Amino acid sequence: MAKIVVVTSGKGGVGKTTSSAAIGTGLAMKGFKTVLIDFDVGLRNLDLIMGCERRVVYDFINVINGEANLKQALIKDKRFDNLYILPASQTRDKDALTQEGVQKVLDELKQDFDYILCDSPAGIEQGAQMALYYADEAIVVTNPEIASVRDSDRILGVLQSKSLKAEQGESVKEHLLLTRYNPERVENGDMLTVEDVEEILAVPLLGVIPESESVLNASNRGIPVVMDEDSTAGMAYMDAIERFLGEKVEYRFLEAEKKGFFKRVFGG
Amino acid sequence: MGIIDYFRNEKPGSASVARDRLKLIVAHERKSRNQPDYLPQMQRELVEVIRKYVSVDVDQVQVDLQDGDVSVLELTVTLPE
Ligand SMILES: Nc1ncnc2c1ncn2[C@@H]1O[C@H](COP(=O)(O)OP(=O)(O)O)[C@@H](O)[C@H]1O
Ligand SMILES: [Mg+2]
Repeated sequence: MAKIVVVTSGKGGVGKTTSSAAIGTGLAMKGFKTVLIDFDVGLRNLDLIMGCERRVVYDFINVINGEANLKQALIKDKRFDNLYILPASQTRDKDALTQEGVQKVLDELKQDFDYILCDSPAGIEQGAQMALYYADEAIVVTNPEIASVRDSDRILGVLQSKSLKAEQGESVKEHLLLTRYNPERVENGDMLTVEDVEEILAVPLLGVIPESESVLNASNRGIPVVMDEDSTAGMAYMDAIERFLGEKVEYRFLEAEKKGFFKRVFGG
Repeated sequence: MGIIDYFRNEKPGSASVARDRLKLIVAHERKSRNQPDYLPQMQRELVEVIRKYVSVDVDQVQVDLQDGDVSVLELTVTLPE
């Protein structure tokens, strides 16, 4: 039976979609049958990051409304045959995503998959609540920046009160994923440290993804960054996935690169 | 601050300021999440009443509801010097 995992944050633009694509792809690379669902109604983007935007025929809401079945709407990844994407609707209004509809689709997917990853829209209102309602686990994506940390705490509050698990007196398992971490700025004292964010949010750490140019390059090409084995961000995502799967993995890329003389003088 | 101090640039980075502000606001918001809905309005009205007698700012009036064996409503007012 599948595990439902929501990737959420409260704040927009912190790396939810990037992380959903990376983690979903990584789980598939590890052999798990995985489906990525884009919950960002009206702002479909997961398809672009996954590089399948031209293969979208039907979407999530078509399936909920019975205009297509799941088989027709699921896009099979070209690189990993155990990886699928269910795109968000581009046109409909947000209310088209009903709780019963979402439940129906998730129940059907559960029969067939190991992991269902839900890429949440920003905010803490209806759209974000819909994405997290049925979650077993939550990956809270946070940037080391004051507003992002506060919004992460707000979404933690929602997870702890408005999820199905919370309503049943249980709890959604929470993971902290710190992204866009810049060790140089941390060392200069301008950026919150991993320890600061961990202490403030009091959620177990899953991974720290460094700020990296390869993320933009990967999204330009529609290749999830986790497939870029030479990039620090790609390696950090794979570390996080292995921790998610219960392995013990050392943290890397937390310290600033020591710059040599030439790099210091001429930049690098 | 003298000109020497100004250039010495010994002030700690802004991250520590962010950390301290976050600790306070997150603790405050976590507490208020578990409070009944009437509390913010009650706090505003209490501030109004107190202001009739002494001039205080909103952040000098704290209303907390503590749940335990018995619920205690705690009102803390920091009076101006
Ligand atoms: N580790 C990173 N390094 C550099 N840029 C990043 C990183 N993670 C995300 N980004 C960039 O941040 C922006 C927002 O990311 P996205 O995943 O779309 O956020 P969200 O889904 O939370 O709105 C994108 O331009 C993405 O390329
Ligand atoms: Mg997104």
